[in-house]
Amino acid sequence: MSKAAELAALIGSGQAQGNKNLIINGAMQVAQRGSSTGHTSGYGGPDRFQFDRSGAAAVTLSQDTSVPSGQGFSNSFKIDVTTADSSLAAGDYALFQHRVEAQNLQHLLYGTSEAKRVTLQFWVKSAKTGVHIVGLNAHDAGYYNNQSYTIASANTWQKVIMTFDGYQSGAINNDNGIGFAINWWLAAGSTYSGGTLSSNTWHNTQANRAVGQVNVMDSTSNEWYITGIQLEIGETATPFEHRSFSDELFRCQRYLYRLEIDSDAVGFINLTGWNTNDAYGPILYPVEMRSAPTLSHGASLSDFLLLSASSNPVPSNIYNNGSSKRAMELGFTSTGNIVAGRSYWARITDATNGFIQWDAEL
Amino acid sequence: MNITKSQYVADITGSGENVSIQATIDGAEMSVPLDPANRHYAEIMRQVAAGELTIADAD
Repeated sequence: MSKAAELAALIGSGQAQGNKNLIINGAMQVAQRGSSTGHTSGYGGPDRFQFDRSGAAAVTLSQDTSVPSGQGFSNSFKIDVTTADSSLAAGDYALFQHRVEAQNLQHLLYGTSEAKRVTLQFWVKSAKTGVHIVGLNAHDAGYYNNQSYTIASANTWQKVIMTFDGYQSGAINNDNGIGFAINWWLAAGSTYSGGTLSSNTWHNTQANRAVGQVNVMDSTSNEWYITGIQLEIGETATPFEHRSFSDELFRCQRYLYRLEIDSDAVGFINLTGWNTNDAYGPILYPVEMRSAPTLSHGASLSDFLLLSASSNPVPSNIYNNGSSKRAMELGFTSTGNIVAGRSYWARITDATNGFIQWDAEL
Repeated sequence: MNITKSQYVADITGSGENVSIQATIDGAEMSVPLDPANRHYAEIMRQVAAGELTIADAD
């Protein structure tokens, strides 16, 4: 086949095009939340990835600079076991997970005879040698497709490539919910590992999901790293699509928008006093979020000030007074300290602990 | 999610409509929108339906 024909074939297959990677932040460049210690469930470390477990294990999630050499990566996702679970109960598990929004997967044609294969590639470094499991979860159908890879050498970067057949029996809903969940298993009790692994076969049997998985959670000496995650249409792992930091940040902000300060205190919203207790103002997100987001902030409200011409009260509460996928009306309470009609601006004053964030993760 | 407190927040204009839920989730104070696609709201509603959680009325 000529080069031109090869290129035409790749374009026709959906490969060799920009924006081919279905994973957001696969190179772990963006870490708005920073590190998370004593972590047992949920998002932390680099954006768009989460850790979940059942059992005794706890971990620290962080962005790390350990990377495979010569691949162009600067960061990896590090999971450091801080509380071990060396004796797994049947229902114990530990997972590293990425969720892909359903409406971004419609071109995979799931639920039809034309359902497309996808190829997953990633670099991984594990303290544990032996069998590790990765699986796709077709969330709306409740079906799984699991495959194994083997870590040959402990604490050594290794590239993994695997192709998954498309799922023909159930569609991915065209909405803003979960389409795929991609699960990297780190530990699995018998509930998830007591069956038989039928590689690259869609099934709904829990016991067949993580057969043979070694227990990465069995020692506080264990660390697990991953980077360079790419999921693309087709049966070929093409070169990793390196994106700019700003491109990845923009993609991440559909799911999490977090404001912090670097050093000097910075204001982020103008407010108007409504009565003696509350001031309100609207904030626009930098990109339309997946859903109306949950608002949260750093643990201490003394990290915020409401500045005005004659007084600078500290808020006792910050809350959502109405929201959409594009904007939120923020309410700030400082009982007895607000003047109706007066203008304020809210400022974050603590560069170490102060933040405010909007979370629309899947 | 471990949800230990939840209370509706009413619109400031006095319309009587609830606009969000103030909740303590996994130890953190959160202000949750009334959007079924929001994972925190979905979990609050799941726990309410299961009889595991009650949302207090707005002040």
